[in-house]
Amino acid sequence: MIDVRNINKSFDDKHVLKDVSLVFEEGKQNLIIGQSGSGKTVLLKCLVGLFEPDNGSILYSGRDFVTMNKNARKEIRKEIGMLFQGSALFDSMTVMENVMFPLLMFSDLNAKEQIDRANFCIDRVGLTEAHNKLPSEISGGMQKRAAIARAISLNPKYLFCDEPNSGLDPKTGVKIDHLIEEITQEYNITTVINTHDMNSVIQHGDNINYIYEGEVWWQGNKSSFLGNDNPELLDFIYSTEILKRIKPKK
Amino acid sequence: MQFFYHFGKYLILLKDAFKRPLNHRYFIRQVINEIDAIGLNSLGIVSIISVFIGAVLVIQTGYQMQNPLIPAYTLGYGLRESVILEFSPTIVSLILAGKIGSSIASQIGTMRVTEQIDALDIMGINSANFLILPKIIAGILSFPFIVILSMIVSITGGYLAAVMWGISTSIDFISGLNYWFVPFEIAYAILKATFFSFLITSISAFHGYYASGGAIDVGKSSTKAVVYSSIALLLSNLIITKLILG
Ligand SMILES: Nc1ncnc2c1ncn2[C@@H]1O[C@H](COP(=O)(O)OP(=O)(O)O)[C@@H](O)[C@H]1O
Ligand SMILES: [Mg+2]
Repeated sequence: MIDVRNINKSFDDKHVLKDVSLVFEEGKQNLIIGQSGSGKTVLLKCLVGLFEPDNGSILYSGRDFVTMNKNARKEIRKEIGMLFQGSALFDSMTVMENVMFPLLMFSDLNAKEQIDRANFCIDRVGLTEAHNKLPSEISGGMQKRAAIARAISLNPKYLFCDEPNSGLDPKTGVKIDHLIEEITQEYNITTVINTHDMNSVIQHGDNINYIYEGEVWWQGNKSSFLGNDNPELLDFIYSTEILKRIKPKK
Repeated sequence: MQFFYHFGKYLILLKDAFKRPLNHRYFIRQVINEIDAIGLNSLGIVSIISVFIGAVLVIQTGYQMQNPLIPAYTLGYGLRESVILEFSPTIVSLILAGKIGSSIASQIGTMRVTEQIDALDIMGINSANFLILPKIIAGILSFPFIVILSMIVSITGGYLAAVMWGISTSIDFISGLNYWFVPFEIAYAILKATFFSFLITSISAFHGYYASGGAIDVGKSSTKAVVYSSIALLLSNLIITKLILG
């Protein structure tokens, strides 16, 4: 479980995150939704320590990530996997080398066990065929899969995904969403997902947090989502023409 | 003020870079790869430039030596001095600042804008150390050899030009090469080039590391890398030369 309490973050005079408090639960897909520029990526980067929040606390199963020292953070980092918006695979390495990389750097496994583990992760995301391909040689969907394999190679307790299906066609996006859901449940991971994809929200939102201009504006789950009566959220949900046309009239 | 801000940022980055690598075997592999990219990959261009410059220097000196009062050994002597003191350590480094600097900055800059550096940081890897130190070490290990190669090739080029076009006899030329030879000059050249390699790799890495935005910004950072490492190189060349030989 991750407990976020009263996080603020500004860049120069731009107040991006405003007193954000959230709880992300284990074995669930915790969604952060909101339109572009609302602060989703900044929030995610604060959670994993790529940005330092101005104040507030981030408790990883009770351990405060904000105030802890570098070495304690390193321990938590080993429990974290992250899927970046653009996959962020190391482009000089093959898929196998990418997945092996965290194992080489951090695991106590011996060489053979490392290879077995990497193979397992690659098979798990369905990339058996692409083992020795470079990131530039595979499709966007496959890159996302490879990035997922790399993110889970050290058996993370926490998985962060920044817009996992952005840039993918809808069908591939749905597959990636499903893969993340399966992995979350299989390994009981606390998964935090940034998205603005409505389909992901209503299919996978165990815990939905709507961020509006850096503030938490609405919280709920996929069953309370469409029936909500928050005007900003409704506006966000029904922002496309096709949805406006089928929006239920009150 | 801007300068001091960036210089401070540069020093802090270097401080992060000069840490013990997490995995030594992996680090050694990276250094070897970088020696390939920085060192071996530069041998061709350095040889080509050196042979031509050596030949041209000889033709030009020969042209100015019509005066019979100038001793015949001046040709080889002059070539040796220009090559060892200035051409091979400084001009070759300057050329490599263009070649290596832009490639380091664009490689690291691309990793920055595609979040590969964030991915390293998230894993708990010191990205400055992981990405920059192997390049600095590889530069320091490669440059002495590059400089010596450049010296040998340009003097050979000069010799061939002199003999082939009858600018000098082989004996005069070689006695010029041996005339008043101070081995310290070679050590001085190597030391200078080693320092230049540090400037080139670290300054270029700095510009790549702090690139932001997209492909255009990576291009800009790689231009800056070349410009600033060239300026730093020329400035420090002036200072070093003044201190040691002046
Ligand atoms: N490194 C940064 N420096 C300054 N401003 C930033 C930085 N990163 C993000 N921002 C600003 O924070 C706001 C939220 O951005 P972001 O979290 O990326 O939005 P999104 O919800 O689309 O992921 C944006 O207005 C953006 O300009
Ligand atoms: Mg974003």
